[in-house]
Amino acid sequence: MNLLKISWSNLKDKKLNSFLSTLLLTLGIGIISLLLLLNKQLEEQFRRNLRGIDMVVGAKGSPLQLILSSVYQIDAPTGNIPLSEVEKLEQNPFVKSVIPLSIGDNFQGYRIIGTNAGYPEHFQAELNAGGLFEHSMETTIGYKVAEGTGLKIGDTFAGSHGLEAEGDEHGDHLYVVKGIFKPSDSVLDQLILTDLTSVWDLHASHGETEEHDEDEEHEHAAEKEVTSALISFRNPMAMMTLPRQVNENTKLQSALPSIEINRLIELMGVGIDTLRALAILIMLIAGISVFVSLYNSLKERKYEMALMLSMGATRSRLFFMLLFEGLLLSVIGFLAGISLSRLGLWLFSNTAERDFNYSFRNFSLLPEEIWLFVAALAIGVLAAALPSLGVYRLNISRTLAED
Amino acid sequence: MLQSKQLTFSYNPQKQFVFPDITCEDGKSLLILGQSGKGKTTLLHLLALLLKPQSGQVWVNSREVAGFNPKQLAHIRAQHIGIIYQKAHFVTALSVLDNMLLSNYLADQQQDRDRAVQLAEQLGFSDHLSKKTNQLSQGEQQRVSIARALMNHPSVILADEPTSSLDDRNCDRVVALLKEHSSRIGASLVVVTHDQRLKDIFPDRVVL
Repeated sequence: MNLLKISWSNLKDKKLNSFLSTLLLTLGIGIISLLLLLNKQLEEQFRRNLRGIDMVVGAKGSPLQLILSSVYQIDAPTGNIPLSEVEKLEQNPFVKSVIPLSIGDNFQGYRIIGTNAGYPEHFQAELNAGGLFEHSMETTIGYKVAEGTGLKIGDTFAGSHGLEAEGDEHGDHLYVVKGIFKPSDSVLDQLILTDLTSVWDLHASHGETEEHDEDEEHEHAAEKEVTSALISFRNPMAMMTLPRQVNENTKLQSALPSIEINRLIELMGVGIDTLRALAILIMLIAGISVFVSLYNSLKERKYEMALMLSMGATRSRLFFMLLFEGLLLSVIGFLAGISLSRLGLWLFSNTAERDFNYSFRNFSLLPEEIWLFVAALAIGVLAAALPSLGVYRLNISRTLAED
Repeated sequence: MLQSKQLTFSYNPQKQFVFPDITCEDGKSLLILGQSGKGKTTLLHLLALLLKPQSGQVWVNSREVAGFNPKQLAHIRAQHIGIIYQKAHFVTALSVLDNMLLSNYLADQQQDRDRAVQLAEQLGFSDHLSKKTNQLSQGEQQRVSIARALMNHPSVILADEPTSSLDDRNCDRVVALLKEHSSRIGASLVVVTHDQRLKDIFPDRVVL
């Protein structure tokens, strides 16, 4: 027998009231915690995949789409650009490196990216087994691809046209797996990398088997195209001049990932702010619910309080007993809310994995959630303290005599 | 041992209660009879140190308690006085056993589970220890409240109309148990009632 046990018994005795208060707290805390988790992990994913990429060039269109398709591999590409234009950029003294990307095919939903050795190098990818692609139609695959498709070194597979798993197969040309990357916690994990030439060879021969003749095929080969190129600058000053140069003087479009991502986060921010406001409101209502149910139960339990006072309890002791009831609800609500947000994250991660091959699997407690805990405790204490102060005004003799 | 001298109390200037002096030795019992409105419950609350008298003195265990602060009074009440109310009231969220142990806990004493079980056996409700109090009948509830009052080995047991809501059979049983157990622990038993059924059972009587 102790105060905590009495408080707990009282909560159990009023199951529905306690349930309602806890449910509201759980919802409020769950939503806020889920927002914190998603915010942090989305930003982490965004920043991690962005590292070192100062500018992306591609076909004219939406700059955000260009960034999403080329850096994060989630949107459709804007179109193709001539390789020669990209090579010209390489000569620019401001430019440190250019990584060309060819996007357009997939295998079971995993994108096949034509590029050069600079791309895995950029992500500091290490090989788990095998080697890097060297020749046309050789591939090195991310670990999620290997897990998801069961491909092993030496296996061959046919890519499908487009970015959806249901596209037409390039059945006559088979890719071969040369190597598998170690997990790199970047977009690389979900990609199949191959040499740029594979994409050209594949689509050139495609033309041949259909209606193009030799000449056209040569012409085609002469006009080599890529989808986009990731560019890093030698010098931050380039940020001021190069994007404008590209936009004005070439057929290309330049997009700055940092600006586009900030814009994207701002756009999402409106939704996130609304949700956060809603969650705070729910938490306040939870506080009111704790207040009302304690206030009501205290009216009913007035005699009990007087009885315990007559049995030698001090008023402070009873006050703390009632305070514990609010605190217990807060702690339960917090724990349930944190669990709920993890469940939400897990569900979200499953969806994101299915649709975009991205996963969000960091379930550890965030520092902000400690503050959330403090806030929950504060709400519980405040909501319990207000009605419980009545214990200090209770007239023992009259209460005992009345009933 | 419980003693009072020249106790007076008033809720408002029109109505003044003047109570007869009361003395109840250890192991003895005293019946205070009175019709409603005569201040029976007021007197009991004065003796139980729940109310502060306008004038007069109360001795509990041969200690004069005037001038004690509320905290000290609560301590004396918890240690030395067991109170049984007209209607048995409990902390409804707790089980019968926990309600009895609560009396130890609030008096800052060791929680004596063995004594609770023993009292439950003697008072005949040992089957109900884990039940909630509102699952018990009136007579059973009143026996539990007697057991609760005995938990801390008090030197004074005060009972306010303990039999008014009981039928004859339960009435006899509850009074017999009260007398038996208070004399067993050597406590003074003071029963305040208007219940005429008790008149013949108590040799020492005071009429208000």
